[in-house]
Amino acid sequence: METAIKTSTIKDKLIFEYENSKLFLFGDTQLRDKAMESFYEQGIPTRKHEEYKYIRMGLMLKGEFNISINENCSDAQIESLKFLKEAYVVIIENGIFIEGASNVQNLPKGLTICSLVDAEKSNSPIFEKHYAQYADVKADPFIALNTAMTKDGAFIHIAKNTIIEKPIHVIHISTASENTLIHPRNLIVVDENSQVKIVESFETVATTAKTVSNALTEIVVDKHAIVDHYKIQDEKELGCLVNTTQVIQQKQSVFSTHTFTLSGSLVRNNLTVVLDDEHIESHLNGLYLTAGNQAVDNHTVVDHRKPNCNSNELYKGIIEGKSTATFNGKIFVRKDAQKTNAFQSNKNILLSQDGTINTKPQLEIYADDVKCSHGSTTGKLDEEKIFYLRARGISVINAKKLLMHAFASEVVNTIKIEALREYVQEKI
Amino acid sequence: MLSIKNLHASIDGKEILKGINLEIKVGEVHAIMGPNGSGKSTLASVLAGHSEYDVTAGEVLYNGKNLLELEAEDRAREGVFLAFQYPVEIPGVSNINFLKTAISEIRAYKGLDPMKAKDFLKMLKEKQKLVEIDGALVSRSINEGFSGGEKKRNEIFQMAMLEPKLSILDETDSGLDIDALRIVANGVNKLKSEENATVIITHYQRLLDYIVPDFVHVLYNGKIVKSGSKELALALEEKGYDYIKEEVEA
Repeated sequence: METAIKTSTIKDKLIFEYENSKLFLFGDTQLRDKAMESFYEQGIPTRKHEEYKYIRMGLMLKGEFNISINENCSDAQIESLKFLKEAYVVIIENGIFIEGASNVQNLPKGLTICSLVDAEKSNSPIFEKHYAQYADVKADPFIALNTAMTKDGAFIHIAKNTIIEKPIHVIHISTASENTLIHPRNLIVVDENSQVKIVESFETVATTAKTVSNALTEIVVDKHAIVDHYKIQDEKELGCLVNTTQVIQQKQSVFSTHTFTLSGSLVRNNLTVVLDDEHIESHLNGLYLTAGNQAVDNHTVVDHRKPNCNSNELYKGIIEGKSTATFNGKIFVRKDAQKTNAFQSNKNILLSQDGTINTKPQLEIYADDVKCSHGSTTGKLDEEKIFYLRARGISVINAKKLLMHAFASEVVNTIKIEALREYVQEKI
Repeated sequence: MLSIKNLHASIDGKEILKGINLEIKVGEVHAIMGPNGSGKSTLASVLAGHSEYDVTAGEVLYNGKNLLELEAEDRAREGVFLAFQYPVEIPGVSNINFLKTAISEIRAYKGLDPMKAKDFLKMLKEKQKLVEIDGALVSRSINEGFSGGEKKRNEIFQMAMLEPKLSILDETDSGLDIDALRIVANGVNKLKSEENATVIITHYQRLLDYIVPDFVHVLYNGKIVKSGSKELALALEEKGYDYIKEEVEA
């Protein structure tokens, strides 16, 4: 009962906030109202909700939250987060696109980067065609909440036949000194036969307040496009992150996404990739390192709708302390999707007695000529391997480090941007 | 260099070593032979510091230090090297990174400056040649997908890189064809000097044709029941272990 009362309080508070602020929000009010209605129906999920069984979302939103913050972090702080030296940098501070701090001047031909607010204002036809078309507000309350309450984010468009060599680095920064809830949103549209690498990083510089970021990115991968997407989640001790990534792929496109969860008090990832045509290739890789009282929950959905597509999913985790890690991997193979190859693997290392791992593959196959497999393992670091390394003069700590790096390397080595690979390697 | 006195050790409450006495001086090569289950590999593991075994009595002095009080890594840093009977595969850790880490920790323990990258690579090349190991193997993950012979050769390569004072070769000959055996023996012989000592644990005497021991000991039922010169190994080969068993039980 108690949980129910608290949950409804949060819900009512959010609706009140929405009504108060909706005049100042950009875009389509009807879309927002509908999303809010849908949020009202769904509410903040409790652990009775099948998809949120292993994570306490209510706890994340306990207490007072501010939804409009006007704090900025220093230039030096921003500079320190630009860990890719060669990149087009986009700064999203507390959910707002900051053009002055971003490095989006002199973009190459075919590449557009601007704020969502500006994209909407300029009546961009690409924006109008794709905005809020893929992440379904009825599918998840956090999608609904983001759609209703988002204030800004980045709009990135790569025009047909364009290859963008340097990666685009979207840095989300939470800076608040009081508890905040923000809803940054990005739309990335990659047109036919184009190629791009996009890195989204999520950082908190706040040290005293709880920042909750309900971030959503929609990615459209058109015919023959190749998109390499990375998420680096480093929200530190107090930061909470709900990160929805909704991807739609068209014919013969290749999409790879890599989710690295390095820190954060609570991190929930909802990643959905829809393979909406034939001969599509999708790669979903993930690595989560959890410690302390952290909770990290990766929910992925791979939706094979058409024949002759391949998907490959590899998630690995190292769990320490009293932390909890969850992996829930759903694969749909629809009736039309004959000759599908879909593979999934989740491997975990548990370093402590008190850590918890929940792992759940879910395959729903409606076609009859497919190859699908899934596997899941959880183990400790191998004592015999540790002894072998120690017998050569290596300390226990370094032996464990070598073995953890080795375990993670299968995922880390899928990073194609060298500077990023080195950055992640150092964080392990 | 090594002095083992009345060493008793057990695993899961079962006593395997029942009072081993052994003296090894610098510059010597000792062979320890014995039938299966006599405690040969247990002795090697206990000396290397494997925590699976409990030492219940006795002492081991190594260059005046109480070896049994040292952690496994400190024993290695002091110059004790075990060539494993079954070297483990460690996918994802390259041999080079592994050896680099080991050498830098050993040097730090001894208070030496870190080795320069250039010197390390030079050493790597020299030792590769010395033990006739393929450079392609060295650049791969530790023992991953190696054949039995390649794993054994990799053990000797690590020995060459770490330059130990006391090397214990645990059944390094098992599973090796004659060519591989010669290469491994050749490597061990080249690494032998007046400053180090070698213990060869083996079931068969064939390896001893190539690495000639100064002493041969027969381990049976957790004790050294007979010691002698290299002729003892030949006698064992000829008569089989049964004659030792009979002698002991008589």
